Amino acid sequence: MNRLNVELPGLKLKNPIMPASGCFGFGREYSQLYDLNLLGAIMIKATTVETRFGNPTPRVAETHAGMLNAIGLQNPGLDKVISEELPWLSQYNVPIIANVAGSVEEEYVEVAREISKSPNVHALELNISCPNVKTGGIAFGTIPEVAKQLTRKVKEVSEVPVYVKLSPNVTNIVEMAKAVEAGGADGLSMINTLVGMKIDIKTGKPILANRTGGLSGPAIKPIAIRMIYEVSQVTNLPIIGMGGIQSAEDVIEFFYAGASAVAVGTANFVDPFVCPSIIEQLPELLEKLGFDHISECTGRSWKQNGQLAYHRS
Amino acid sequence: MITKEMCQIVSHKEIAADIFELTVKANFVGQIKAPGQFVHIRVSNGWDPLLRRPISISSFDKKKNQFTMIYRKEGKGTQLLSQLDTGEVVDILGPLGNGFPVGEVDKGQIALLVGGGIGVPPLYELSKQLTEKGVIVKHVFGFQSESDVFYEKEFSNYGETIVTTVDGSYGVKGLVTDVIKSLSFDCIFTCGPTPMLRAIKQEYSNKKVFLSIEERMGCGIGACFACVCKTGNDPSGNSYKKICSDGPVFRAEEVLI
Ligand SMILES: Cc1cc2nc3c(=O)[nH]c(=O)nc-3n(C[C@H](O)[C@H](O)[C@H](O)COP(=O)(O)OP(=O)(O)OC[C@H]3O[C@@H](n4cnc5c(N)ncnc54)[C@H](O)[C@@H]3O)c2cc1C
Ligand SMILES: Cc1cc2nc3c(=O)[nH]c(=O)nc-3n(C[C@H](O)[C@H](O)[C@H](O)COP(=O)(O)O)c2cc1C
Ligand code: FES
Repeated sequence: MNRLNVELPGLKLKNPIMPASGCFGFGREYSQLYDLNLLGAIMIKATTVETRFGNPTPRVAETHAGMLNAIGLQNPGLDKVISEELPWLSQYNVPIIANVAGSVEEEYVEVAREISKSPNVHALELNISCPNVKTGGIAFGTIPEVAKQLTRKVKEVSEVPVYVKLSPNVTNIVEMAKAVEAGGADGLSMINTLVGMKIDIKTGKPILANRTGGLSGPAIKPIAIRMIYEVSQVTNLPIIGMGGIQSAEDVIEFFYAGASAVAVGTANFVDPFVCPSIIEQLPELLEKLGFDHISECTGRSWKQNGQLAYHRS
Repeated sequence: MITKEMCQIVSHKEIAADIFELTVKANFVGQIKAPGQFVHIRVSNGWDPLLRRPISISSFDKKKNQFTMIYRKEGKGTQLLSQLDTGEVVDILGPLGNGFPVGEVDKGQIALLVGGGIGVPPLYELSKQLTEKGVIVKHVFGFQSESDVFYEKEFSNYGETIVTTVDGSYGVKGLVTDVIKSLSFDCIFTCGPTPMLRAIKQEYSNKKVFLSIEERMGCGIGACFACVCKTGNDPSGNSYKKICSDGPVFRAEEVLI
C-alpha cells in the first residue's frame, strides 16, 4: 500500500517530502550521498536573471535550535540554471519546483517565463519573501496588493502552476494568502525565514556581515504551524509547509495544521540523510497513528469531527 | 565519497590549555585523499547546538582505520565535544573538501609550513607526507602564549620547528611573519587566522603559496552557499569558490581574502 503519494497542482508526487529551496543547491552535492529518486520533489535554489554573488561573509550564524542566514540569493543566473542545472537534474525521475526571485517585477516575470519552459520544472515557487536582499523580495511579500499584482503577472507567463512562498514577517498572514489567491496562485508554500540578528558578545557586533538574516530550523516550527493552521482554513489553496521540520512526527504535525506536502530545509545541514529517513519512517508512523494515507492528516487540527476521514484510533 | 558515520572514540585527551586531541575509528579513512581535508561533526544528538562543526583531519592511519583531530574548546559545540569519553560514538560526516597538494613540491626542495594557533593541526599529516616524499620541511608556528603550544615535539621529528608566542612566554617573541623573513624555502603551506594568511599572501606573491581558509559553514558539502569567497583576477566580481567543497585549501592567487 502506498500511503504517501499525493497530488497537488502540477505535481504528482510519490511522497510529499522535498528539500526546501536554498538548502539543497541544485541537488548535485546531495546526489553524492543518496539516490535523489527517493525524493517526492526538489525545490531548487532561487534563480534570478543574472548571476548573483550575494552578500559578504559571514553568511550564517547559529542560534538556539536554529540558524540565521543571509546568503543573498547567490545563484548562477537564469541561463546557466536552464542550460546546466535543470538538464543535469532531468536524469532523475523527480519533479522540480523552481524558486523564482528578482528585484523588480520584470525580473520575476522573465525568470518565470523562461524557467517554466524546462520540461522537468513542474511548478514554480514564487519567492516574494527573501529577507536578505536590499530591493524587491520583502516588499513583494509584505504588501498584499503588490503580492497580488506580482502573482497575476507571473501567472500570465508561467507554463506551470505557481506556488507563492509567503513571508512570516507580516502582521497578517491570512491577508497575504488571500491576496495571492485572488492574484491566481495555484498553491502556497510557507514559511520562509523570519528576520533576526545575533550579536557576538566578544566584539559587540552582529555576526552576519549583512547584520540581519533569516531565522530557520526547529526554533521557527511553532510559528510555521500556527500560520499554516490559520491560512489553510481560509483559502482553498494547497499548502507546501516548511519551517523546522526534522522528523516524521514533524511532518504529521504540519499535515495536521493544514499542509498537503512539506519541505525540509535546515535539517539537511544537520543530517544530510534527513529526507530519505523521514520518507522511510512515515509509513510506519501513519500505521501507528491509524491512517491509511497521509492525505487523511491534512487539516485534522481544525476540521470538524464530521469532516474527518475514517480513522481507527 | 562522503560518508556519514557513527565513529567510535579511540582516545581523547587535553594536550594543552583547552586543546584536545581526538582519535576515532572510521571506515571512511580509506577515502581521505590529502592532508588538510576536514570533517563535519555533530556535537549533540538533539537540535541545540544545531549545526555541525568543521574540524580538520590532523593525521590518519589507513591500516588501523583511524584518524585524529586536534581542536580548541571554544564555544558551546566544542565544549560538548570535549566531554565525550573513549568508547563513545560521534556522528561524523567526511572526508570533506580538498587538501594540500603534496605533489606541488619535489624531493629535495624546501617546504615551509606556517601555522597559527588552531591552524597548526592539518599541517601535521602534511609534514609527515612531505617528509616521506623526501621534501625538506621547516615549521614556523605562532601561539598566544606558552600554555597554548602543542605538538612541537611531534613536528620536530620531521624537521626544524620554530615556535613564536605573542607574549614571549615561549620560543621567539612575536609573530610568525617576523620569523619567516629570515628563512629560505621553495614554497609555503599555511593555515591559521585570516590576518596571518593575508600577510603571507601579500609578502610572498612571487612564491608558491597554499592557504587553508576558514569560514562559517552550513551544509559543509557545497549546497548552501554559506562559505563562499571571491576569486582573484575576476573583473565581474561574481565568480566565487566554496570553501567547503572547492577548498579549504587554495593557491593564494586563486582567492581574495
Ligand atoms: C575547514 C575548517 C577546518 C577547521 N579545523 C579546525 C581544527 O582542526 N581545530 C579547531 O580547533 N578548529 C577548527 N576549525 C574552527 C572550528 O570549526 C570552530 O572553532 C568551531 O566550529 C567552533 O565551534 P564552537 O561550538 O566551539 O563555537 P560556537 O561559538 O558555539 O560556534 C557557533 C557557530 O559558529 C561556527 N564557528 C565559530 N567559529 C568558527 C570558525 N573559526 N570557523 C568556522 N566556523 C566557526 C560554529 O561552527 C557554529 O556553527 C576549522 C574550521 C574550518 C572552517
Ligand atoms: C541557507 C538557506 C538558504 C535559503 N535560500 C532560500 C532561497 O534561495 N529561496 C527561498 O525561497 N528560500 C530560501 N531559504 C528558506 C528555506 O527554503 C525555508 O523556507 C526556511 O529555511 C524554513 O525551513 P527550515 O526551517 O526547514 O529550514 C533558505 C534557507 C536557508 C537556511
Ligand atoms: S557550507 Fe554550504 S556551501 Fe559551504
